[in-house]
Amino acid sequence: MTAMCDVAFLLLTFFMLATKFKPEEPVVVQTPSSISEIPLPDADIMLLTVDTKGRIFFSIDNKLKRKELITSVNTDRNLGLTEAEMNSFAIGSSVGVPLNQLKSLLNTPPESRAEIEKQAPGIPVDTSVLSPNNELAQWVKSARYTNPKLRICIKADGEAAYPHVKKIIRTLEGYKIFKFNLITNLKAVPPGTAAFEQKKLAKAE
Amino acid sequence: MAEMDTSGGGHKKKGPGVKKGKKLSTRIDLTPMVDLGFLLITFFMFTTTLAKPKTMEINMPYKDENLTDAEKNKLKASVAMTVLLSKNHRVYYYEGIGDNPDQAPDLKVTGFKAKDGIRDAIIAKKKIVDGLKRSGALTAKDEMTVLIKPDTTSTYSDLVNMLDEMSINDVKVYAIIDISDIEQGFIQATETANGVQ
Repeated sequence: MTAMCDVAFLLLTFFMLATKFKPEEPVVVQTPSSISEIPLPDADIMLLTVDTKGRIFFSIDNKLKRKELITSVNTDRNLGLTEAEMNSFAIGSSVGVPLNQLKSLLNTPPESRAEIEKQAPGIPVDTSVLSPNNELAQWVKSARYTNPKLRICIKADGEAAYPHVKKIIRTLEGYKIFKFNLITNLKAVPPGTAAFEQKKLAKAE
Repeated sequence: MAEMDTSGGGHKKKGPGVKKGKKLSTRIDLTPMVDLGFLLITFFMFTTTLAKPKTMEINMPYKDENLTDAEKNKLKASVAMTVLLSKNHRVYYYEGIGDNPDQAPDLKVTGFKAKDGIRDAIIAKKKIVDGLKRSGALTAKDEMTVLIKPDTTSTYSDLVNMLDEMSINDVKVYAIIDISDIEQGFIQATETANGVQ
């Protein structure tokens, strides 16, 4: 009994120290699998979430950068946000509403915001960065301006139609971003393939 | 278990007439603490994210409107394989780049499966390109190139699966390109020929 209790509390301490809470997700996304083993970096990520219906949610980490971001978007697009609203953005998670609905979203209390996020139409996007309707372009531009080290990660649902993803890729290409990450689940390398042989060789070395 | 021994050494028996001092038990019931401990363990086990999400890096080809035709690399038809992604996770592929609109390429239909899937087609094409390199028809600099053209009915998972096939089969040069109307027509023609709705 004593031994078991000791082990139990050891485990408890381990999990308490090792745990990192799952970040709040606006929508549930089932990412497709790939054999890629590159882990997602901890900091400096811009996350573009695409759900099954193709709605786009945008988020960056780091509270301070979020504050800078919203300040920059506010002045660029004349949103007329108050200081309190901007602070509310900084501590929030992700955005999935067009810019004209942003003010009302930020005015709602955080408890009911999750409900609104579920109904959110997503950030409008277009195939060209020059299009005024391409609000994602605005977000990407301002975010990269506040934090040039940002790594862009697309987390899209496997069932999302390709044209939605294409629009995002086109927007990024418009800013000459040709290198980005797609978030996937891990799957085993099928045996007998070129990648499998490479992996075996790397292990043998 | 973890309680203190307060019996006071080896004097188990006391002589007759010696009054027993009333001792308060120092045993504490630890069950609630252990219960709580396990509850917390389960909580932390479920909320923790030990498996970090993986990412796949993707490099799109450099694109610039100011690039002149002369500056662009021309792709040799003999190294190219065009893969069209269509609805219901169907994959159509043909060899070459399909630049001749009059002569429809030999479109083959397959899917993402372990046997006779797109993977086998890529491996076969790779062998052909390697053979051409050895025979001297292609230079060592020529690499097999896969042109991935997802159509509007394909899903994101098709694209990721296809990109994954590239890394699985060690195809170094590939590009995601918009599907042309001609190729959309090829798919239509193949679908009607095979009686697919």
